Amino acid sequence: MTADWTVRGTADVESLEIALLLEAVYQAYGYDFRGYSRGSLRRRLVRRMEVEGLKSLSALQECVLHDPACMKRLLLDLSVNVSSMFRDPSFYLAFRTKVVPLLRTYPFVRVWNAGCSTGEEAYSMAILLREHDLYDRTRIYATDMNQTVLDQARAGAFPLGKMQEYTSNYIRAGGTRAFSEYYVANGRNARFDSVLSDNIVFAEHNLVTDRSFNEFHVILCRNVMIYFDRSLQDHVLGLLHESLTTLGVLAIGLKESLEFTSHADCYEALDSSQRLYRRVR
Amino acid sequence: MTTHELVVMGASWGGLAALGLVLSGLPRDFGAAIAVAQHRGVEPADAVLADALARKSALPVREVHDKDPIVPGWVHMAPSDYHLLVERGGTFALSTDPREQYSRPSIDVLFESAADAYASRVVGVILTGANPDGAAGLARIRRRGGFAVVQDPATADRAAMPEAAMARAGADEVVALSEIAPLLTRLCGRVPATEQARP
Ligand SMILES: C[S@@+](CC[C@H](N)C(=O)[O-])C[C@H]1O[C@@H](n2cnc3c(N)ncnc32)[C@H](O)[C@@H]1O
Repeated sequence: MTADWTVRGTADVESLEIALLLEAVYQAYGYDFRGYSRGSLRRRLVRRMEVEGLKSLSALQECVLHDPACMKRLLLDLSVNVSSMFRDPSFYLAFRTKVVPLLRTYPFVRVWNAGCSTGEEAYSMAILLREHDLYDRTRIYATDMNQTVLDQARAGAFPLGKMQEYTSNYIRAGGTRAFSEYYVANGRNARFDSVLSDNIVFAEHNLVTDRSFNEFHVILCRNVMIYFDRSLQDHVLGLLHESLTTLGVLAIGLKESLEFTSHADCYEALDSSQRLYRRVR
Repeated sequence: MTTHELVVMGASWGGLAALGLVLSGLPRDFGAAIAVAQHRGVEPADAVLADALARKSALPVREVHDKDPIVPGWVHMAPSDYHLLVERGGTFALSTDPREQYSRPSIDVLFESAADAYASRVVGVILTGANPDGAAGLARIRRRGGFAVVQDPATADRAAMPEAAMARAGADEVVALSEIAPLLTRLCGRVPATEQARP
């Protein structure tokens, strides 16, 4: 019998290459993407491979292992994400009416914005809490796995061209001021008032590999766990759960759900369509 | 025995009417799951779109939430402003990655992920539209042994999308809009209701 040396279909070789690459990244650098949903991960890896002028994901693995700068670029691909201020205005509107009254009963409020990307969500939350006179006694811990996006977030500057969209979001989110009060134009950027970042701490934290680091009254983790497979979602939900006070509020993305997860029965909906939950046990 | 377990459909300009027509022609015991990426703005709202199509279809029409299972006999709609992806192991995933070809949901993203996860068990269908989204995805479906159907551009509200798909990917069948439902039914077969998992 002669061996059949053809491999069974290009995508099967590719999924093997992806598994090996993720293992290499984990062992060499400690970033663990092995439990991420493969579809969008594959697209990002292939894009990086193409931009680097490489022919295969095996070649990308070699590049990543021998050149930390290549790993840095890949990490940025895997963490740069679309975010916007007051994304899903209906969510912020519900937060104003359903969560703000609860927060008034606390002398001090700790908010964790997990997976904050370039900071749009944290600044939106700072604006909202300020308008309800809660910001002075609030601290927002905004974390992401990537230092580079955090540096951008710290700068508090977003493209001026986005301000029209953000203003419209802000108004639909129940904002009552002139949105332009919060920033000054600076070249192509809108620089946000530094008062807003006074109570935001930006820090590196990896939801997959790092531990709980504080106890919070509110946790926002929106559109982050959609990148994880079911079992990683369960793991991360466990971490969030551990980090949330009893009766604390958990917010997830509008197309995510707690249903069918290991922690479903620990939460009660404050507003189920806006994915606002309260920890009850 | 049918080998096609998943139908992915992509449509843009004129897609709502075309989708309505295809779905209205599918039998209640249609043998595969269906996933749809229809380009649109944030309007109509997801629920409105799903309701409009559900009224025309004998099959349940649902907007996908992250990690929902892929259910045979159901029509799964990509929510507006999210990409819809097919994962191995029979679930969907959503993503907020950047737009592709100016679109989110992107047809290429849906089709390519379906090709990877389902290989020869997937049927890709490109309907009417005014841009080339879906062409690369359909090509990947064919490369992986899946079946490619393109709406005959002459019967499309906008011909650009089916034409781009034929130019880049070719097709196993190019058929008039009214022939798509019967073709899909032949390809995917029918399943007695009791055999269908309906959670
Ligand atoms: C789509 S963005 C969401 C941004 C923001 N929460 C929103 O909804 O607009 C996803 C973010 O999750 C971050 N992320 C992904 N995996 C992570 C991990 N393991 N730990 C911490 N952050 C992670 C990414 O770096 C990215 O900034």
